[in-house]
Amino acid sequence: MTAPTILPLSIERLFYAVAGRALLESVSVEIAAGSRTVILGPNGAGKSLCLRLAQGLIAPTAGCVVWKGPGAAQAKMRQAMVFQRPVLLRRSAAANVSYALAVRGVPRADRPSRVEEALARAGLAGLGDRPARTMSGGEQQKLALARAWALKPEVLFLDEPTASLDPAAVRAVEAMIQAIHEGGTKIVMTTHDLGQAKRLADEVLFLHNGRLVERAPADRFFEHPSTLQAAAFLRGEILA
Amino acid sequence: MNEFGDAFHTALVMIVSANPDLIEIVGLSLRVSLSAVVIAALLGMPLGAALAVFAFPGRRAVVVAINALMGLPPVVVGLTVYLMLSRGGPLGVLGLLFTPGAMIVAQVVLVLPIVAALTRQTVEDLWLEYREQLVSLGVTPRRAVRTMLWDGRITLLTAFLAGFGRASAEVGAVIIVGGNIDHLTRVMTTAIALETSKGDLALALALGLVLLAVSFAVNAAAQILRDMVVRAQG
Ligand SMILES: Nc1ncnc2c1ncn2[C@@H]1O[C@H](COP(=O)(O)OP(=O)(O)OP(=O)(O)O)[C@@H](O)[C@H]1O
Ligand SMILES: [Mg+2]
Repeated sequence: MTAPTILPLSIERLFYAVAGRALLESVSVEIAAGSRTVILGPNGAGKSLCLRLAQGLIAPTAGCVVWKGPGAAQAKMRQAMVFQRPVLLRRSAAANVSYALAVRGVPRADRPSRVEEALARAGLAGLGDRPARTMSGGEQQKLALARAWALKPEVLFLDEPTASLDPAAVRAVEAMIQAIHEGGTKIVMTTHDLGQAKRLADEVLFLHNGRLVERAPADRFFEHPSTLQAAAFLRGEILA
Repeated sequence: MNEFGDAFHTALVMIVSANPDLIEIVGLSLRVSLSAVVIAALLGMPLGAALAVFAFPGRRAVVVAINALMGLPPVVVGLTVYLMLSRGGPLGVLGLLFTPGAMIVAQVVLVLPIVAALTRQTVEDLWLEYREQLVSLGVTPRRAVRTMLWDGRITLLTAFLAGFGRASAEVGAVIIVGGNIDHLTRVMTTAIALETSKGDLALALALGLVLLAVSFAVNAAAQILRDMVVRAQG
Protein backbone atom coordinates (compact mmCIF):
# COMPACT_ATOMS: atom_id res chain seq x y z
CA MET A 1 0.00 0.00 0.00
CA THR A 2 1.46 3.32 -0.99
CA ALA A 3 -1.23 5.56 0.49
CA PRO A 4 -0.97 6.32 4.23
CA THR A 5 -2.75 3.76 6.37
CA ILE A 6 -6.24 4.28 7.79
CA LEU A 7 -5.53 1.91 10.71
CA PRO A 8 -5.69 1.56 13.63
CA LEU A 9 -9.43 1.46 14.15
CA SER A 10 -10.40 2.53 17.61
CA ILE A 11 -13.73 1.43 19.07
CA GLU A 12 -14.45 3.31 22.25
CA ARG A 13 -17.07 2.38 24.87
CA LEU A 14 -19.54 1.40 22.22
CA PHE A 15 -23.16 0.95 23.26
CA TYR A 16 -25.96 -0.08 20.97
CA ALA A 17 -29.52 -0.38 22.17
CA VAL A 18 -32.82 -0.97 20.42
CA ALA A 19 -36.03 -0.03 22.20
CA GLY A 20 -34.20 0.28 25.49
CA ARG A 21 -32.63 -3.18 25.22
CA ALA A 22 -28.83 -3.10 25.21
CA LEU A 23 -27.48 -5.29 22.42
CA LEU A 24 -23.87 -4.16 22.77
CA GLU A 25 -22.46 -2.84 26.01
CA SER A 26 -19.29 -0.92 26.50
CA VAL A 27 -17.22 -2.53 23.78
CA SER A 28 -13.77 -0.97 23.59
CA VAL A 29 -11.03 -2.31 21.38
CA GLU A 30 -8.28 -1.05 19.13
CA ILE A 31 -7.83 -2.95 15.91
CA ALA A 32 -4.33 -2.67 14.51
CA ALA A 33 -2.83 -3.40 11.12
CA GLY A 34 -1.32 -6.72 10.19
CA SER A 35 -2.83 -9.58 12.13
CA ARG A 36 -6.10 -11.32 11.35
CA THR A 37 -8.72 -10.40 13.90
CA VAL A 38 -11.51 -12.90 14.46
CA ILE A 39 -14.62 -11.94 16.39
CA LEU A 40 -15.83 -15.17 17.92
CA GLY A 41 -19.07 -15.75 19.74
CA PRO A 42 -22.31 -17.69 19.83
CA ASN A 43 -25.41 -16.79 17.76
CA GLY A 44 -26.87 -13.48 18.83
CA ALA A 45 -23.70 -12.36 20.63
CA GLY A 46 -23.60 -9.11 18.64
CA LYS A 47 -20.90 -9.99 16.11
CA SER A 48 -22.76 -8.67 13.06
CA LEU A 49 -23.76 -5.53 14.96
CA CYS A 50 -20.09 -4.91 15.79
CA LEU A 51 -19.06 -5.08 12.15
CA ARG A 52 -21.93 -2.85 11.02
CA LEU A 53 -21.06 -0.29 13.68
CA ALA A 54 -17.38 -0.46 12.74
CA GLN A 55 -18.36 0.23 9.12
CA GLY A 56 -20.54 3.12 10.15
CA LEU A 57 -23.65 1.49 8.68
CA ILE A 58 -25.55 2.03 11.90
CA ALA A 59 -24.97 4.73 14.47
CA PRO A 60 -24.04 3.73 18.02
CA THR A 61 -26.31 4.70 20.91
CA ALA A 62 -23.19 5.88 22.73
CA GLY A 63 -19.45 5.65 22.21
CA CYS A 64 -17.63 6.01 18.95
CA VAL A 65 -15.74 4.40 16.12
CA VAL A 66 -12.64 6.29 14.99
CA TRP A 67 -10.10 5.56 12.32
CA LYS A 68 -6.83 6.85 13.70
CA GLY A 69 -4.31 6.32 10.93
CA PRO A 70 -2.83 9.20 8.91
CA GLY A 71 -5.03 8.21 5.94
CA ALA A 72 -8.22 8.22 8.03
CA ALA A 73 -9.95 10.73 5.78
CA GLN A 74 -10.06 8.04 3.08
CA ALA A 75 -11.35 5.36 5.45
CA LYS A 76 -14.72 5.03 3.73
CA MET A 77 -13.21 4.17 0.36
CA ARG A 78 -10.45 1.93 1.67
CA GLN A 79 -12.52 -0.69 3.39
CA ALA A 80 -14.92 -3.33 2.16
CA MET A 81 -17.42 -5.61 3.76
CA VAL A 82 -18.88 -8.99 2.91
CA PHE A 83 -22.24 -9.38 4.59
CA GLN A 84 -23.54 -12.47 6.31
CA ARG A 85 -26.27 -12.60 3.65
CA PRO A 86 -24.72 -11.46 0.38
CA VAL A 87 -26.44 -8.47 -1.23
CA LEU A 88 -26.09 -8.62 -4.99
CA LEU A 89 -27.37 -6.19 -7.57
CA ARG A 90 -29.85 -7.40 -10.16
CA ARG A 91 -27.12 -7.65 -12.77
CA SER A 92 -24.63 -10.18 -14.04
CA ALA A 93 -21.90 -11.46 -11.76
CA ALA A 94 -19.29 -9.47 -13.68
CA ALA A 95 -21.42 -6.30 -13.58
CA ASN A 96 -21.69 -6.61 -9.80
CA VAL A 97 -17.91 -6.50 -9.46
CA SER A 98 -17.53 -3.85 -12.12
CA TYR A 99 -20.10 -1.63 -10.39
CA ALA A 100 -18.13 -1.68 -7.14
CA LEU A 101 -14.96 -0.77 -9.04
CA ALA A 102 -16.74 2.15 -10.70
CA VAL A 103 -17.95 3.42 -7.32
CA ARG A 104 -14.37 3.35 -6.05
CA GLY A 105 -13.19 5.36 -9.04
CA VAL A 106 -11.31 2.63 -10.92
CA PRO A 107 -10.92 3.83 -14.53
CA ARG A 108 -13.26 2.10 -16.97
CA ALA A 109 -10.41 0.65 -19.01
CA ASP A 110 -8.95 -1.14 -15.99
CA ARG A 111 -12.20 -2.70 -14.84
CA PRO A 112 -12.61 -5.77 -17.10
CA SER A 113 -9.24 -7.25 -16.22
CA ARG A 114 -9.79 -6.69 -12.50
CA VAL A 115 -13.28 -8.20 -12.72
CA GLU A 116 -11.92 -11.25 -14.48
CA GLU A 117 -9.10 -11.65 -12.00
CA ALA A 118 -11.43 -11.38 -9.01
CA LEU A 119 -13.92 -13.87 -10.43
CA ALA A 120 -11.14 -16.32 -11.24
CA ARG A 121 -9.72 -15.96 -7.73
CA ALA A 122 -13.11 -16.84 -6.29
CA GLY A 123 -13.47 -19.88 -8.53
CA LEU A 124 -16.18 -18.20 -10.56
CA ALA A 125 -14.32 -17.96 -13.87
CA GLY A 126 -16.81 -18.47 -16.69
CA LEU A 127 -19.79 -17.39 -14.57
CA GLY A 128 -19.34 -13.68 -15.26
CA ASP A 129 -22.37 -13.45 -17.52
CA ARG A 130 -24.77 -15.18 -15.15
CA PRO A 131 -27.41 -12.98 -13.50
CA ALA A 132 -26.01 -12.82 -9.99
CA ARG A 133 -29.27 -13.67 -8.31
CA THR A 134 -29.69 -16.91 -10.22
CA MET A 135 -26.45 -18.23 -8.73
CA SER A 136 -26.45 -20.71 -5.86
CA GLY A 137 -26.12 -19.46 -2.30
CA GLY A 138 -22.50 -20.53 -2.15
CA GLU A 139 -21.69 -18.94 -5.49
CA GLN A 140 -23.33 -15.72 -4.35
CA GLN A 141 -21.21 -15.75 -1.20
CA LYS A 142 -18.07 -16.20 -3.29
CA LEU A 143 -19.17 -13.46 -5.65
CA ALA A 144 -19.64 -11.07 -2.74
CA LEU A 145 -16.13 -11.95 -1.61
CA ALA A 146 -14.75 -11.49 -5.14
CA ARG A 147 -16.41 -8.07 -5.33
CA ALA A 148 -14.84 -7.01 -2.04
CA TRP A 149 -11.48 -8.42 -2.98
CA ALA A 150 -11.48 -6.64 -6.36
CA LEU A 151 -11.53 -3.32 -4.51
CA LYS A 152 -8.13 -4.13 -2.97
CA PRO A 153 -9.27 -2.67 0.35
CA GLU A 154 -6.87 -1.93 3.16
CA VAL A 155 -9.35 -3.43 5.63
CA LEU A 156 -11.75 -6.22 4.76
CA PHE A 157 -14.66 -7.01 7.08
CA LEU A 158 -16.16 -10.46 6.66
CA ASP A 159 -19.34 -11.47 8.46
CA GLU A 160 -19.48 -15.26 8.71
CA PRO A 161 -18.10 -15.63 5.19
CA THR A 162 -18.47 -19.41 5.08
CA ALA A 163 -21.73 -19.89 6.96
CA SER A 164 -23.64 -21.25 3.95
CA LEU A 165 -20.87 -23.13 2.16
CA ASP A 166 -20.09 -26.80 1.71
CA PRO A 167 -16.78 -28.13 3.12
CA ALA A 168 -14.88 -27.80 -0.17
CA ALA A 169 -16.12 -24.24 -0.65
CA VAL A 170 -15.22 -23.44 2.97
CA ARG A 171 -11.66 -24.52 2.25
CA ALA A 172 -11.60 -22.48 -0.96
CA VAL A 173 -12.91 -19.35 0.76
CA GLU A 174 -10.55 -19.76 3.70
CA ALA A 175 -7.67 -20.06 1.24
CA MET A 176 -8.89 -16.91 -0.46
CA ILE A 177 -9.04 -15.06 2.86
CA GLN A 178 -5.52 -16.27 3.57
CA ALA A 179 -4.35 -14.97 0.19
CA ILE A 180 -6.03 -11.62 0.75
CA HIS A 181 -4.31 -11.39 4.13
CA GLU A 182 -0.95 -12.22 2.55
CA GLY A 183 -1.59 -9.50 -0.01
CA GLY A 184 -1.45 -6.99 2.84
CA THR A 185 -5.15 -6.52 3.61
CA LYS A 186 -6.20 -6.34 7.24
CA ILE A 187 -8.83 -9.04 7.90
CA VAL A 188 -11.56 -8.53 10.47
CA MET A 189 -14.01 -11.40 10.42
CA THR A 190 -16.70 -12.96 12.54
CA THR A 191 -17.42 -16.61 13.02
CA HIS A 192 -19.09 -18.92 15.50
CA ASP A 193 -17.07 -21.82 14.12
CA LEU A 194 -14.24 -22.78 16.48
CA GLY A 195 -12.35 -24.72 13.85
CA GLN A 196 -12.40 -21.78 11.49
CA ALA A 197 -11.27 -19.42 14.22
CA LYS A 198 -8.36 -21.76 15.00
CA ARG A 199 -7.40 -21.95 11.33
CA LEU A 200 -7.61 -18.24 10.57
CA ALA A 201 -7.20 -16.17 13.70
CA ASP A 202 -4.10 -14.36 14.84
CA GLU A 203 -6.11 -12.56 17.45
CA VAL A 204 -9.50 -13.44 18.95
CA LEU A 205 -12.15 -11.09 20.27
CA PHE A 206 -14.62 -13.21 22.19
CA LEU A 207 -18.05 -11.64 22.28
CA HIS A 208 -20.90 -12.87 24.43
CA ASN A 209 -24.24 -11.25 25.23
CA GLY A 210 -23.17 -7.97 23.70
CA ARG A 211 -20.02 -7.73 25.77
CA LEU A 212 -16.40 -8.12 24.74
CA VAL A 213 -15.55 -10.82 27.24
CA GLU A 214 -12.00 -11.63 26.24
CA ARG A 215 -9.38 -10.45 23.84
CA ALA A 216 -6.25 -12.53 23.32
CA PRO A 217 -3.75 -13.79 20.78
CA ALA A 218 -5.25 -16.87 19.15
CA ASP A 219 -2.92 -19.51 20.59
CA ARG A 220 -3.33 -18.22 24.12
CA PHE A 221 -7.08 -17.93 23.74
CA PHE A 222 -7.48 -21.52 22.63
CA GLU A 223 -5.04 -22.99 25.17
CA HIS A 224 -5.62 -20.84 28.24
CA PRO A 225 -8.82 -18.86 27.97
CA SER A 226 -8.88 -16.47 30.88
CA THR A 227 -12.63 -16.23 31.34
CA LEU A 228 -15.15 -18.85 32.33
CA GLN A 229 -17.45 -18.00 29.42
CA ALA A 230 -14.71 -18.45 26.86
CA ALA A 231 -13.65 -21.72 28.44
CA ALA A 232 -17.25 -22.95 28.37
CA PHE A 233 -17.67 -21.89 24.73
CA LEU A 234 -14.47 -23.74 23.81
CA ARG A 235 -15.79 -26.87 25.55
CA GLY A 236 -18.91 -26.60 23.40
CA GLU A 237 -21.21 -25.81 26.30
CA ILE A 238 -24.31 -23.73 25.88
CA LEU A 239 -23.69 -20.33 27.35
CA ALA A 240 -26.21 -18.72 29.64
CA MET B 1 -78.98 -7.10 -35.21
CA ASN B 2 -78.66 -6.36 -38.89
CA GLU B 3 -77.77 -2.78 -38.13
CA PHE B 4 -75.02 -3.99 -35.81
CA GLY B 5 -73.76 -6.42 -38.41
CA ASP B 6 -73.54 -3.67 -41.02
CA ALA B 7 -71.77 -1.36 -38.59
CA PHE B 8 -69.31 -4.07 -37.68
CA HIS B 9 -68.61 -4.75 -41.33
CA THR B 10 -68.07 -1.06 -42.07
CA ALA B 11 -65.82 -0.80 -39.03
CA LEU B 12 -63.60 -3.62 -40.25
CA VAL B 13 -63.44 -2.05 -43.69
CA MET B 14 -62.38 1.25 -42.12
CA ILE B 15 -59.61 -0.43 -40.19
CA VAL B 16 -58.35 -2.54 -43.09
CA SER B 17 -58.48 0.35 -45.55
CA ALA B 18 -56.81 2.69 -43.05
CA ASN B 19 -59.61 5.25 -43.18
CA PRO B 20 -58.02 8.73 -42.85
CA ASP B 21 -60.45 9.94 -40.14
CA LEU B 22 -59.76 6.83 -38.13
CA ILE B 23 -56.01 7.17 -38.54
CA GLU B 24 -56.12 10.81 -37.52
CA ILE B 25 -58.03 10.08 -34.33
CA VAL B 26 -55.91 7.07 -33.40
CA GLY B 27 -52.74 9.04 -34.14
CA LEU B 28 -53.78 11.95 -31.93
CA SER B 29 -54.78 9.57 -29.13
CA LEU B 30 -51.44 7.84 -29.13
CA ARG B 31 -49.58 11.15 -29.38
CA VAL B 32 -51.44 12.70 -26.46
CA SER B 33 -51.25 9.66 -24.20
CA LEU B 34 -47.62 8.83 -24.97
CA SER B 35 -46.56 12.44 -24.39
CA ALA B 36 -48.46 12.47 -21.11
CA VAL B 37 -46.87 9.24 -19.93
CA VAL B 38 -43.36 10.32 -20.92
CA ILE B 39 -43.76 13.61 -19.06
CA ALA B 40 -45.34 11.86 -16.07
CA ALA B 41 -42.42 9.39 -16.02
CA LEU B 42 -39.80 12.15 -16.20
CA LEU B 43 -41.44 13.84 -13.21
CA GLY B 44 -42.78 10.84 -11.34
CA MET B 45 -39.80 8.51 -11.36
CA PRO B 46 -37.37 10.91 -9.69
CA LEU B 47 -40.13 11.98 -7.31
CA GLY B 48 -40.96 8.41 -6.38
CA ALA B 49 -37.29 7.50 -5.96
CA ALA B 50 -36.66 10.56 -3.80
CA LEU B 51 -39.62 9.64 -1.61
CA ALA B 52 -38.14 6.17 -1.17
CA VAL B 53 -34.60 7.21 -0.32
CA PHE B 54 -34.59 10.62 1.32
CA ALA B 55 -36.13 11.29 4.71
CA PHE B 56 -37.68 14.73 5.09
CA PRO B 57 -40.49 16.17 7.17
CA GLY B 58 -43.88 15.51 5.60
CA ARG B 59 -42.61 12.57 3.57
CA ARG B 60 -45.27 10.23 4.96
CA ALA B 61 -48.02 12.70 4.08
CA VAL B 62 -46.78 13.04 0.49
CA VAL B 63 -46.72 9.25 0.14
CA VAL B 64 -50.28 8.94 1.43
CA ALA B 65 -51.43 11.75 -0.86
CA ILE B 66 -49.84 10.19 -3.93
CA ASN B 67 -51.37 6.81 -3.16
CA ALA B 68 -54.77 8.44 -2.77
CA LEU B 69 -54.36 10.37 -6.02
CA MET B 70 -53.83 7.11 -7.93
CA GLY B 71 -57.58 6.64 -7.95
CA LEU B 72 -58.51 10.17 -9.01
CA PRO B 73 -61.73 10.23 -11.06
CA PRO B 74 -60.81 11.52 -14.53
CA VAL B 75 -63.76 13.95 -14.66
CA VAL B 76 -62.57 15.63 -11.48
CA VAL B 77 -59.10 15.98 -12.97
CA GLY B 78 -60.68 17.33 -16.15
CA LEU B 79 -62.70 19.86 -14.21
CA THR B 80 -59.70 20.98 -12.14
CA VAL B 81 -57.43 21.34 -15.16
CA TYR B 82 -60.25 23.15 -16.97
CA LEU B 83 -60.49 25.69 -14.16
CA MET B 84 -56.71 26.17 -14.15
CA LEU B 85 -56.48 26.62 -17.92
CA SER B 86 -59.67 28.59 -18.58
CA ARG B 87 -59.24 32.19 -19.51
CA GLY B 88 -59.82 33.46 -15.96
CA GLY B 89 -57.75 30.68 -14.38
CA PRO B 90 -54.19 30.95 -13.08
CA LEU B 91 -52.74 29.30 -16.20
CA GLY B 92 -55.17 30.88 -18.62
CA VAL B 93 -52.48 32.96 -20.29
CA LEU B 94 -51.02 29.79 -21.79
CA GLY B 95 -54.07 29.52 -24.05
CA LEU B 96 -53.99 25.75 -23.82
CA LEU B 97 -57.67 25.03 -23.25
CA PHE B 98 -59.26 22.98 -26.05
CA THR B 99 -55.89 22.02 -27.52
CA PRO B 100 -54.02 18.72 -27.38
CA GLY B 101 -51.70 20.47 -24.90
CA ALA B 102 -54.53 20.73 -22.38
CA MET B 103 -55.31 17.05 -22.87
CA ILE B 104 -51.68 16.16 -22.22
CA VAL B 105 -51.69 18.25 -19.03
CA ALA B 106 -54.83 16.50 -17.77
CA GLN B 107 -53.43 13.05 -18.50
CA VAL B 108 -50.13 13.91 -16.85
CA VAL B 109 -52.09 14.72 -13.71
CA LEU B 110 -53.89 11.38 -14.00
CA VAL B 111 -50.79 9.31 -14.64
CA LEU B 112 -48.21 11.03 -12.43
CA PRO B 113 -49.48 9.54 -9.15
CA ILE B 114 -49.43 6.03 -10.64
CA VAL B 115 -45.86 6.33 -11.88
CA ALA B 116 -44.65 8.04 -8.70
CA ALA B 117 -46.34 5.55 -6.38
CA LEU B 118 -45.13 2.47 -8.26
CA THR B 119 -41.63 3.91 -8.51
CA ARG B 120 -41.56 4.67 -4.80
CA GLN B 121 -42.66 1.14 -3.97
CA THR B 122 -40.09 -0.43 -6.29
CA VAL B 123 -37.21 1.75 -5.13
CA GLU B 124 -38.16 1.45 -1.47
CA ASP B 125 -38.09 -2.35 -1.67
CA LEU B 126 -34.70 -2.23 -3.38
CA TRP B 127 -33.36 0.32 -0.89
CA LEU B 128 -34.32 -1.88 2.03
CA GLU B 129 -32.27 -4.63 0.46
CA TYR B 130 -29.37 -2.62 -1.00
CA ARG B 131 -28.86 0.17 1.52
CA GLU B 132 -26.13 -1.29 3.72
CA GLN B 133 -24.23 -2.79 0.80
CA LEU B 134 -24.30 0.44 -1.22
CA VAL B 135 -23.39 2.61 1.76
CA SER B 136 -20.55 0.27 2.60
CA LEU B 137 -19.23 0.62 -0.95
CA GLY B 138 -19.32 4.39 -0.52
CA VAL B 139 -22.13 5.11 -2.96
CA THR B 140 -23.57 8.63 -2.87
CA PRO B 141 -27.36 8.96 -2.46
CA ARG B 142 -27.69 10.25 -6.03
CA ARG B 143 -25.82 7.29 -7.40
CA ALA B 144 -27.86 4.95 -5.22
CA VAL B 145 -31.04 6.33 -6.78
CA ARG B 146 -29.66 5.85 -10.28
CA THR B 147 -28.56 2.32 -9.42
CA MET B 148 -31.99 1.38 -8.13
CA LEU B 149 -33.87 2.98 -11.02
CA TRP B 150 -31.71 0.91 -13.33
CA ASP B 151 -32.03 -2.32 -11.36
CA GLY B 152 -35.77 -1.79 -11.10
CA ARG B 153 -36.10 -0.82 -14.74
CA ILE B 154 -38.34 -3.64 -15.83
CA THR B 155 -40.74 -3.15 -12.95
CA LEU B 156 -40.68 0.55 -13.73
CA LEU B 157 -41.51 -0.18 -17.33
CA THR B 158 -44.65 -1.92 -16.15
CA ALA B 159 -45.49 1.24 -14.18
CA PHE B 160 -45.03 3.17 -17.41
CA LEU B 161 -47.35 0.77 -19.25
CA ALA B 162 -49.94 0.95 -16.47
CA GLY B 163 -49.84 4.72 -16.79
CA PHE B 164 -50.27 4.50 -20.54
CA GLY B 165 -53.20 2.15 -20.09
CA ARG B 166 -54.95 4.61 -17.79
CA ALA B 167 -54.24 7.58 -20.03
CA SER B 168 -55.37 6.02 -23.29
CA ALA B 169 -58.56 4.56 -21.81
CA GLU B 170 -59.92 7.58 -19.96
CA VAL B 171 -62.55 9.83 -21.46
CA GLY B 172 -63.69 12.12 -18.65
CA ALA B 173 -60.67 14.40 -18.47
CA VAL B 174 -59.87 14.83 -22.16
CA ILE B 175 -63.46 15.52 -23.15
CA ILE B 176 -63.67 18.39 -20.65
CA VAL B 177 -60.33 20.08 -21.41
CA GLY B 178 -60.11 19.08 -25.09
CA GLY B 179 -63.73 19.60 -26.09
CA ASN B 180 -63.75 16.75 -28.63
CA ILE B 181 -63.21 19.16 -31.54
CA ASP B 182 -63.10 17.44 -34.91
CA HIS B 183 -59.59 17.33 -36.47
CA LEU B 184 -58.16 19.03 -33.41
CA THR B 185 -58.83 17.36 -30.08
CA ARG B 186 -60.85 14.30 -30.99
CA VAL B 187 -59.29 11.16 -29.58
CA MET B 188 -60.46 7.55 -29.56
CA THR B 189 -62.42 7.62 -26.32
CA THR B 190 -64.15 10.96 -26.93
CA ALA B 191 -64.97 10.01 -30.51
CA ILE B 192 -66.48 6.72 -29.39
CA ALA B 193 -68.69 8.55 -26.88
CA LEU B 194 -69.80 11.09 -29.46
CA GLU B 195 -70.34 8.75 -32.44
CA THR B 196 -72.28 6.29 -30.29
CA SER B 197 -74.59 9.01 -29.03
CA LYS B 198 -75.06 10.19 -32.63
CA GLY B 199 -75.86 6.63 -33.68
CA ASP B 200 -72.85 6.34 -36.01
CA LEU B 201 -71.82 2.94 -34.76
CA ALA B 202 -69.34 2.10 -37.52
CA LEU B 203 -66.67 4.66 -36.56
CA ALA B 204 -67.31 4.05 -32.86
CA LEU B 205 -66.86 0.31 -33.32
CA ALA B 206 -63.73 0.70 -35.43
CA LEU B 207 -62.19 2.95 -32.77
CA GLY B 208 -63.34 0.60 -30.04
CA LEU B 209 -61.57 -2.30 -31.74
CA VAL B 210 -58.37 -0.32 -32.11
CA LEU B 211 -58.53 0.81 -28.48
CA LEU B 212 -59.09 -2.76 -27.41
CA ALA B 213 -56.10 -3.90 -29.45
CA VAL B 214 -53.89 -1.19 -27.93
CA SER B 215 -55.01 -2.13 -24.44
CA PHE B 216 -54.40 -5.83 -25.10
CA ALA B 217 -50.96 -5.09 -26.49
CA VAL B 218 -50.05 -2.98 -23.47
CA ASN B 219 -51.21 -5.62 -21.02
CA ALA B 220 -49.47 -8.39 -22.91
CA ALA B 221 -46.26 -6.39 -22.94
CA ALA B 222 -46.54 -5.82 -19.19
CA GLN B 223 -47.07 -9.53 -18.58
CA ILE B 224 -44.17 -10.55 -20.80
CA LEU B 225 -41.91 -8.07 -19.01
CA ARG B 226 -42.92 -9.42 -15.61
CA ASP B 227 -42.09 -12.95 -16.74
CA MET B 228 -38.75 -11.72 -18.05
CA VAL B 229 -37.90 -10.20 -14.68
CA VAL B 230 -38.65 -13.41 -12.88
CA ARG B 231 -36.56 -15.41 -15.29
CA ALA B 232 -33.61 -13.04 -15.55
CA GLN B 233 -33.32 -11.95 -11.94
CA GLY B 234 -34.35 -14.99 -10.01
N1 LIG C 1 -32.51 -3.93 14.67
C1 LIG C 1 -32.58 -4.78 15.71
N2 LIG C 1 -33.64 -4.76 16.53
C2 LIG C 1 -33.73 -5.60 17.59
N3 LIG C 1 -32.81 -6.51 17.87
C3 LIG C 1 -31.72 -6.58 17.09
C4 LIG C 1 -31.55 -5.72 15.97
N4 LIG C 1 -30.38 -6.02 15.38
C5 LIG C 1 -29.86 -7.03 16.09
N5 LIG C 1 -30.65 -7.37 17.12
C6 LIG C 1 -30.38 -8.38 18.15
O1 LIG C 1 -29.07 -8.18 18.63
C7 LIG C 1 -28.43 -9.41 18.92
C8 LIG C 1 -27.10 -9.47 18.21
O2 LIG C 1 -27.33 -9.56 16.81
P1 LIG C 1 -26.17 -9.90 15.79
O3 LIG C 1 -26.77 -9.99 14.45
O4 LIG C 1 -25.06 -8.95 15.95
O5 LIG C 1 -25.74 -11.35 16.31
P2 LIG C 1 -24.55 -12.26 15.75
O6 LIG C 1 -23.55 -12.37 16.82
O7 LIG C 1 -24.09 -11.76 14.45
O8 LIG C 1 -25.29 -13.66 15.61
P3 LIG C 1 -25.20 -14.78 14.45
O9 LIG C 1 -24.06 -15.67 14.80
O10 LIG C 1 -26.50 -15.49 14.60
O11 LIG C 1 -25.04 -14.09 13.14
C9 LIG C 1 -29.41 -10.49 18.50
O12 LIG C 1 -30.06 -10.95 19.66
C10 LIG C 1 -30.38 -9.79 17.59
O13 LIG C 1 -31.65 -10.38 17.67
MG1 LIG D 1 -24.27 -12.39 12.56
